[in-house]
This record gives sequence, structure tokens and C-alpha cells, in this order.
Amino acid sequence: MEPQDAKHGKLWTWLDERVGLKELDKLAKKKQVPVHRHSVWYYFGGMTLFLFTIQVATGILLLLYYRPSSGEAYESVQFLMTEVQFGWLVRSLHAWSANLMIFTLFVHLFSTLMLRAYRRPRELTWLSGAGLMALTMAFGFTGYLLPWNKLAFFATSVGTDIPGVFPVVGPFLRRLLRGGDEVTGATLTRFYGIHVAVLPLIVTLLLGLHLFFVQKHGMSVPPEVEREGGGKRVMPFLPNFLLRDAVGWLAALGVLAALAAFYPAELGEKADPFQPAPIGIKPEWYFMFMFQTLKLLPSHILGIEGELVGILAFGLGGAFLAAIPFLDRRTARGETNRLFSWIALAIILYMLVLTYLGYTMSATK
Amino acid sequence: MPEETLQPNMDRRNFLNWFLGTAAGAFLVSVLYPVSRYLIPPKVEESTARSVMLSIKPVDVKLNSGQIFRFGNQPAILVHTPAGELKAFSAVCTHLSCIVQYRSDVSHIWCACHNGHYDLNGKNIAGPPPKPLDEYVVNVKGDQIVVNKKA
Repeated sequence: MEPQDAKHGKLWTWLDERVGLKELDKLAKKKQVPVHRHSVWYYFGGMTLFLFTIQVATGILLLLYYRPSSGEAYESVQFLMTEVQFGWLVRSLHAWSANLMIFTLFVHLFSTLMLRAYRRPRELTWLSGAGLMALTMAFGFTGYLLPWNKLAFFATSVGTDIPGVFPVVGPFLRRLLRGGDEVTGATLTRFYGIHVAVLPLIVTLLLGLHLFFVQKHGMSVPPEVEREGGGKRVMPFLPNFLLRDAVGWLAALGVLAALAAFYPAELGEKADPFQPAPIGIKPEWYFMFMFQTLKLLPSHILGIEGELVGILAFGLGGAFLAAIPFLDRRTARGETNRLFSWIALAIILYMLVLTYLGYTMSATK
Repeated sequence: MPEETLQPNMDRRNFLNWFLGTAAGAFLVSVLYPVSRYLIPPKVEESTARSVMLSIKPVDVKLNSGQIFRFGNQPAILVHTPAGELKAFSAVCTHLSCIVQYRSDVSHIWCACHNGHYDLNGKNIAGPPPKPLDEYVVNVKGDQIVVNKKA
């Protein structure tokens, strides 16, 4: 037995021979996190991850009662909310944690954007993160339909109609998404399968990749801090940073528990494909800016249908966001580049203003 | 010898690589093709009904009001205009396929999803809808309402 093993017990040594704990220990001791005035933004990625684990746990619990058919989905959620002990809590946690996760994800995304964490060699970390954002929004969109209530029905009807506006492939894509020409029970089973099997699998793989990149490159020090000669101070990841991370998780858990307890998730009325869309219909808040944009666009712009223009613009916006590490050449060369800060600010401002309008503009005027 | 039947510069390893690659490709296609066909939902018989008799009686439709009814497997809307006319349209908004409703305060057919307005001829007059609603023909026979598709 080597001398440094003496301080560990027999079990540790047994495991070390089989798992290689010594290497893991070395890796953990080597891992450091830079300390500077922007360090606080490092916590949002971990918070998003923490909320994701809550989604997995509560999602599995919901599966035990949920029934994915147009005849039973609404009733099964109603049963869960009213009869099952703590059913309301599990569903409310799932619904609120989803919202909080998307919020922390946005904060994480825009902070890495503002602090230029995407620059070489972290382009793939950024790309995998952008992919995770798209998948998270797909999670939100597919999950929204599952209770089969009126709001969900029309939100899905609109959302799945959007690919249909594209010429040639549009109607095919719409049918593929809906599992038919209309939103029906076939759409529900399709969304259910995507929500509980397809997306979790892809997200787990991509998340693994994202975390691997983060582990490989370590935390990025913002260029402006680097230029000032800062960012040399570090703290060990274990246990210093992890414990601070845990404080962030605890804060998220506190907010989540309070929201779930005081504002339980609502169920609304059961979907009816032969009823008009309810007044004041709206999507989840993170789709609101897109929804409001579609509402404000005129029917035709330069002879093209307004919605097509809007959807193409959002598609290009998403592609632009993903491509930022490859477009921002100046930051890549180590120069300052205010332009991308202004672009990021403009995007945030646009989203905030349109979201605000979406919630305050009269629904009937 | 098999080598003699192959191209002169293709040795055994190249042949095996090519063979393996082709077999793997063929396997992939034989998996992906059925899966992609499986994902496309089968065509369901579309309702070819050209007319429908409503369960609503003309006296039950109030002046300046509208009501959704089923036309085959599609929603449609019956409107009793302020002028006293009975009109019927497809209730599927031409913007993003929400179901429209009648708004008595402005006497328009209106879509709540993106605030689209249609006049009482089904014409898109405000908001994002790009096309008018399909209009149907309404016939009142005694105390029955029959709605037909236009020829």
C-alpha cells in the first residue's frame, strides 16, 4: 500500500483499484474557478442544471398518473390535482421549475454573451448551449399541451401551424408535427412521446457534451478583466465553489417551493376543438415576444405574408445567435468589440418590450 | 481467386472496407426508411360532406350573434348579422388556424389568437390574417338551417 493511501480506509483503496479514485481526486483538486467582479454570473449555469434535475424527478412522478389521450389527459391531471396526495405540489413544482429553468437559462445565455465566454476555444460550448436552449423551448412547447386544456390546445394549434406557412414543405411538416391535419389526440400522443422520451435523451447527451466542454476549458475570464490583469485570483472548485453553487441551488429551491405553494399550477377548461379561441389567449411567457410580434405584423409585407416574414426573421435571429462566436472576429483577436454588447442589449430590450406589450395591450382592441 | 476478379488496385482490405461500409449503409437505410414512413401519419378520409343540417333552429340564433357548428370535421361559424341576414363561414382563421368568434360589440368576426378582424362577408379587414374566410351558403327551410359549400 502506498503511503498516501494510508489516510484512506480499506473501502477507498478497494474502490480506487477498480474505479481509479486517485485520478478523480487529482482532477477535482486541480479544478479551479477564477474570482473577479463578474464571478457571480458563473452560478446561473449550475442553477439551470439543478432545476433540470428537479424537472426529471417531478416529471417521473407525474408519469405515474398522467394518461396521454384526448379523452383522459385532462381528467387524469384533474385527478392528480384534486385527489392524489401532494399531486398539486408535484405538478406545480414541475410547472414552476420549468419556468425558472428557462429564466436562469436566459440569464446564463445572455451573461456568457455579454462577458464573451464564447470566444476561442469555447465556440462549441456556446453552440451546445444554444442547442440546449432550443431543446428546452421544445420541452416547454410540448409539455404545455399535455394537460389538454383550452389554452394549451390553441397555443399548440398556432405553434404547429407556424411551420405550415413555409411554401412546399410547410403542410408536410405541419402534418408530421401534428400527427394529422388538425391538433387531435394524435398530436397529444406525439408530443407526449417527444416530451418524455425523445427530448430527455437528446438533452442528456448534449448536456453531457456541454459539461464536458466546461470541464475541459474551465471557466472563461471576461476579456476586459483579463486586459486589466485581473482574473488571476482563483478558488478551488471543491469544496469552495461547489458550496457556493449549493447556496444558489438552495435559493432556487426556496423560490420554487414558495411559487409552487402559493401559486399552484392552474388547469383551466378542457380543450374543445369546436369552440372559439378564448379571449386573452397567450403562450408561455418565453414565447410571448414572438407571439406579440406575429400579432403586430400586418397581413402582407412587400407582397409576402406577414407571418412568413416574422417567422423567417426569428429563424435568422436564432441562427445569428448560434453563430456569434464565428461572427465576432474582433473579440477572437483579443480586441474590444462593443458592437456585440449592443446587439445583445438590443435583443434583450426587444424581448422585454414585446413581452411587456404582450401582457399589457388590450386583447380585444 | 477473388482478387483477380476485382479491379487491379483494390486489395483485400479496400474490398472489405467497401463491403462493410456498404453493408452498414444498407442496414441504416433499412432502419431509417421504415422509421421515416412510420412517422408520417396515415391519411384519414376527409369529410366530403357538401352540406350539413344544423341542430339549431333559426329562432334560436339571436340577432347580432354567432355560433360555432361542425361542418364535417371542420368548425364553421353561423352569424346572424345586425341586418337580419344568416351567414356562414369557415371558422378556421386564415392566419394560424385558430377558431374565430363573432364579436357583437364591433359586428366583426374576430380571432382572439392574434387579433384578426373579418367583416360580415368574411373579408380580412384588420390584423394579420392574409386571406378571407371561406363563405358557405345558408338556406332556411321552415325551422331548419341547411348550410352548403359553394359550388
